[in-house]
Amino acid sequence: MKNRIRWNKTTRNNYITYAVVLLAFVVMQILSSGGILSSTLKGMLVPICAYVVMAISLNLTVGVLGELSLGHAGFMSVGAFTGVTAVIALRPYVSSAPVLLIVGMVVGAFFAAVIGFLIGIPVLRLKGDYLAIVTLAFGEIIKGIFNNLYVGLDKTGLHVSLLSDKTDLAEGGKLVISGPMGLGSIPKVATFPVGVLLVIVALIIIFHLVNSRSGRAIMAVRDNRIAAESIGVNVTKYKLMAFTVSAALAGAAGTLFATNYTTLVANKFDFNASILILVFVVLGGLGNMLGSILAATALTILPEALREFSDYRMLVYAIVLILVMLATNNDTFKSFLSRLKPGRKQKKKEVG
Amino acid sequence: MTFLTFLISGISLGSIYAIIALGYTMVYGIAKMLNFAHGDVIMVGAYICFYATSRFNLPAVVGVLLAVVVCTILGIIIERLAYKPLRAAPLLAVLITAIGVSYFLQNAALLLWSSSPKVFPPVISNGNLSLFGGQLNIPYITLVTILACIVIMIVLVWFTSKTKMGKAMRACSEDKGAAQLMGINVNGTISLTFAIGSGLAAIAGVLLCSAYPTLVPTTGAMPGIKAFTAAVFGGIGSIPGAMIGGILLGIIEIFTKAYISTQLSDPIVFAVLILVLIVRPAGLLGKQIREKV
Repeated sequence: MKNRIRWNKTTRNNYITYAVVLLAFVVMQILSSGGILSSTLKGMLVPICAYVVMAISLNLTVGVLGELSLGHAGFMSVGAFTGVTAVIALRPYVSSAPVLLIVGMVVGAFFAAVIGFLIGIPVLRLKGDYLAIVTLAFGEIIKGIFNNLYVGLDKTGLHVSLLSDKTDLAEGGKLVISGPMGLGSIPKVATFPVGVLLVIVALIIIFHLVNSRSGRAIMAVRDNRIAAESIGVNVTKYKLMAFTVSAALAGAAGTLFATNYTTLVANKFDFNASILILVFVVLGGLGNMLGSILAATALTILPEALREFSDYRMLVYAIVLILVMLATNNDTFKSFLSRLKPGRKQKKKEVG
Repeated sequence: MTFLTFLISGISLGSIYAIIALGYTMVYGIAKMLNFAHGDVIMVGAYICFYATSRFNLPAVVGVLLAVVVCTILGIIIERLAYKPLRAAPLLAVLITAIGVSYFLQNAALLLWSSSPKVFPPVISNGNLSLFGGQLNIPYITLVTILACIVIMIVLVWFTSKTKMGKAMRACSEDKGAAQLMGINVNGTISLTFAIGSGLAAIAGVLLCSAYPTLVPTTGAMPGIKAFTAAVFGGIGSIPGAMIGGILLGIIEIFTKAYISTQLSDPIVFAVLILVLIVRPAGLLGKQIREKV
């Protein structure tokens, strides 16, 4: 069998990931056109896409770059608010909804990337838990600012003011972002195909980055910063690169997420939202994009699937979370599981 | 005089943050984990005290003691069931488990005590201490909070520097392996740390709800996050650092609320935190550890 195409393991895994996403898309399309899909699940398709993109972009920071970020929802928030503003402002000029959404996502990604870059410069000098706490603080700052931001739109353009509505809109103008009330009357342009498209684009960007020279430099920084620095890797540059790309993808996901609803408040993107995305990444496996996709999908559906437990569902969710972490990380539990499968080769113990 | 009033209420709020931050910092120092469930232990403590005093009409002192005992036991149980099996696991796995515990406590509280806000009865008689012929009025609860904070601080510093168990604690936080070789019971010491941290959380919960008397299952979340930032602010792992970080955070928060903007107080507090960490990357009193290659 010499003519068989031989892909290396990484390439094969990447193609498997693409295939899984496309397969899921086709299955969902068939199910929803056949009317088998329940309306709740149908309504969750776009949020699932947004959360998948959030998870894989955070995986770039946490898994590939190796820095803990607790403020990823902040970038999502930036993307949501700027992207939706762009969508509303450009609506009279663009008739096609998917094009409008894509333009919105590009705008959202751009602003999130700028913010990510600006924050990355000082922040990435810090290490470990200190970086984590600063990203947490940043998420809270973004939330606080958007909660007090007023943006109005009229014939003369955009008007921005902080703390109270001082936009002084002309006749026919309307408020796009109204402080604590957040975004109102968002055009519902998000569709499942565009969502899947964003997932695929995000995957292409991340896989190409990870498998490039830059990606190897980023992983070298993760594995041993001092060693990487000593052989001439520019640590700050590669950290910033990963951080900015991650922020940009989160921004695009934010726009997608926001345009699935008619109203949205800044408090939606709080600390708990950041943590939720981190849970996807850790459960899916650090650096494993397919794992992130599956975990994000499963954990977004899980609270809905547990609806029959009504009041107890979040309690069950918490217990499931703790048990999964215990089951996957405790040696006693692991050896107990491997004993259940007789004849299985004893795996060599991983070196932590 | 208004300046002095703001300063005192800032110190009082900061004292509460400081007591919570002590729990974070001690657990971090010894177990190297961010215990996100700490904020929810505060909430449990406040509920226990609320039910003891307003439903069973027990005296306030008994209510506080009961809250401390329950939270201490709760802290030990959480450590045994959720964190101890993960002693050798990667830090992120422990972090997610802590988040799971936090969700669990919040939702258990929601089921047990419902989401309707409870009005927390004052544990200390309402009233003011008037100074300068009535120009400066300080509520008794403010004084008690500051006093409690000072007492806890002195006892903890004495405990960690003078007693055998405290020394064991410091030894474990420096090097667990070496501590074990010297015959220290590492697991026991970690449990003790969780017990002390959770007991302090109960006191903080009672003081917090006495000053801001609305009690809901998410009461502990935001003060928890702020106290955590306070612990980092002062240099995580350092007991005096947690104290100074907490009090400074409280003062900054009250002053921004009073002089700059109420709505933007949280963003400003967090921005100050980022600035401090950029200038001093290990916090105010944190040790700058040089990396050796």
